Amino acid sequence: MSRPNPVMVASGCGGTGRELDSLGVLDALGTFVTRTITLDARLGSAAPRVAESPSGLVNAIGLQNPGLDQFLTRELPWLAARKVRTHVSIAGSTLGEYVDLARRLGQSPGVSGIEVNLSVPDALAWGLFDAQEPFQAARVVAAVRRDLPRGIEVHAKLGPDPARVVESARAVAEAGADAVVLVNAAPALLPDGRPGGLSGPALRPLALRCIHEVRTALPDLSIVGAGGITDASDAREFLAAGADAVQVGTALLHDPTTAARIAADLRGDTP
Amino acid sequence: MHVTGRVLTVKKVGAYRHLTVAAPGIAERFRPGNFVAVSIGDLVPRAHLARRSLWITGVKPTGAHGATVEMVVEATGVGTQWLAELSQDDQLEMTGPLGRPFALPKESVTCLLVGEGYAAGMLFPLAERLRERSCVVTMLLGAADEPHLLGALDARRSARSVSVVTGDGSVGLRGTLADALPDLLASTGADVVYGAGSIPTLHAVAAAAEQHGAWSQVAVQVAQPCGTGLCQGCPLPVVGEDGVGRLVRACADGPVIRGDRVRWNELVTP
Ligand SMILES: Cc1cc2nc3c(=O)[nH]c(=O)nc-3n(C[C@H](O)[C@H](O)[C@H](O)COP(=O)(O)OP(=O)(O)OC[C@H]3O[C@@H](n4cnc5c(N)ncnc54)[C@H](O)[C@@H]3O)c2cc1C
Ligand SMILES: Cc1cc2nc3c(=O)[nH]c(=O)nc-3n(C[C@H](O)[C@H](O)[C@H](O)COP(=O)(O)O)c2cc1C
Repeated sequence: MSRPNPVMVASGCGGTGRELDSLGVLDALGTFVTRTITLDARLGSAAPRVAESPSGLVNAIGLQNPGLDQFLTRELPWLAARKVRTHVSIAGSTLGEYVDLARRLGQSPGVSGIEVNLSVPDALAWGLFDAQEPFQAARVVAAVRRDLPRGIEVHAKLGPDPARVVESARAVAEAGADAVVLVNAAPALLPDGRPGGLSGPALRPLALRCIHEVRTALPDLSIVGAGGITDASDAREFLAAGADAVQVGTALLHDPTTAARIAADLRGDTP
Repeated sequence: MHVTGRVLTVKKVGAYRHLTVAAPGIAERFRPGNFVAVSIGDLVPRAHLARRSLWITGVKPTGAHGATVEMVVEATGVGTQWLAELSQDDQLEMTGPLGRPFALPKESVTCLLVGEGYAAGMLFPLAERLRERSCVVTMLLGAADEPHLLGALDARRSARSVSVVTGDGSVGLRGTLADALPDLLASTGADVVYGAGSIPTLHAVAAAAEQHGAWSQVAVQVAQPCGTGLCQGCPLPVVGEDGVGRLVRACADGPVIRGDRVRWNELVTP
């Protein structure tokens, strides 16, 4: 994968695109990744949804999203008109839902890639298809790939489990994924006992380890790295560990200009 | 705008700290009802990743130090404690102005502004704008006690009349804002009620306004992890124009919102 600008927004951390645009930092991004979109609208979980932990956040957004129809009428056209390179993150309750999502997104102008979210912490609790087993993840990716035009990339997003990440990456690559996104938030717990996902710098060493494992075992697979990237030197660490591109998530919530600054730095501009 | 501001002054005001920060770009774009999201703690390493929202209580677009913004902080937790300990020349990373501001009436109407605790501070720039539009402005300010009462003196400059209630009766009448509302709505005949404060108080403002047949706009405070509309971490349960209930983002779709649109009983108070 040779991208001119390797800096992407991590799913669920870039709003609809309009918010970053109003701060003047959308055009600096290589690729915008949407929050995870499901076929039907989801209300998400109860407040409080985010807690601080040392150098991290634990979030339980609960996949709040307007559903595919609303996304296609209210959000995607804006991104397309704005000519933002867009990857749509998707999750389904069944294989059939994944197929529906892929078919309709594949026919919609403005979609450059599909990021299959195979690693929602506590997928079952959210009523999602359980793709934890590598062969199940591969079934999802194969179903999505089959129904998409070739020009649309398929990225498979995996969780931060160094013991199984190579097996999962190999399975989804064989099923037709063009790249793996490493990693999603780690399964964690909110202070009030509800399940959530840990993100931010606290996750960084684990993300690096996963990237290192996959890069070593699968030298030809494209890897998008994510997990606690806050500045250009973090991004370079990910690229050195074997990532071809990077995603910035939690750091954007702290400073919405982070991704734009990292992109400028990697390009060699003095910020 | 995301800027690194420089603290110009820190003043103790009762139980609060009043901060004036040189922050180019924010003051110029400010409208009453806006807030800033600030970063707290040391930047290296970044231990605290959620941001803290603070109302903008005043701006000066030009001055000896360029454009400045003012905020009032009540130290209640890790972040607000850190903010209260800032001193002159310290740096403060901030993004703003953020959020939907108050909608201003097109005609000169009668307005009641209801402010609780530190949140009352954000009503003063609003009062000025309303006065410029020849609106009749009455202010009702409340707090638990005198140290937590903000702006009772300033209020006399921007409002035709000012009423004060405190929980312990140390200033003004003894009681709550909710107790004082109905009489004041009746005596002023307010067309519009603007509110800032805790969720229970804003709920009372919305209910009293509705009963009185007035419009209400309230500045809601729920936990806002990013403040910039990116994370969906601040769900605000509302009823849309279409009568359908939905969850919007308090920070980006609010924090100022019509009182009759909020589904108050479903709100989680921080
Ligand atoms: C729109 C808005 C405007 C605000 N304006 C002001 C202001 O002008 N002055 C002021 O002193 N405070 C203000 N607050 C409240 C202030 O942001 C909270 O007190 C602060 O987030 C709590 O941070 P902490 O680090 O002190 O407490 P902690 O307990 O460490 O907070 C941890 C997290 O909990 C959440 N949280 C906890 N308490 C609150 C609360 N009362 N309100 C919102 N989130 C909370 C936040 O997400 C915070 O990141 C405002 C809040 C909002 C939403
Ligand atoms: C508030 C929040 C919401 C998120 N939402 C999603 C989501 O909808 N889909 C997804 O695949 N990942 C989601 N993530 C995970 C991030 O995309 C990213 O993989 C993870 O947080 C690690 O990167 P970071 O440390 O840079 O945030 C979310 C993370 C956060 C903090």
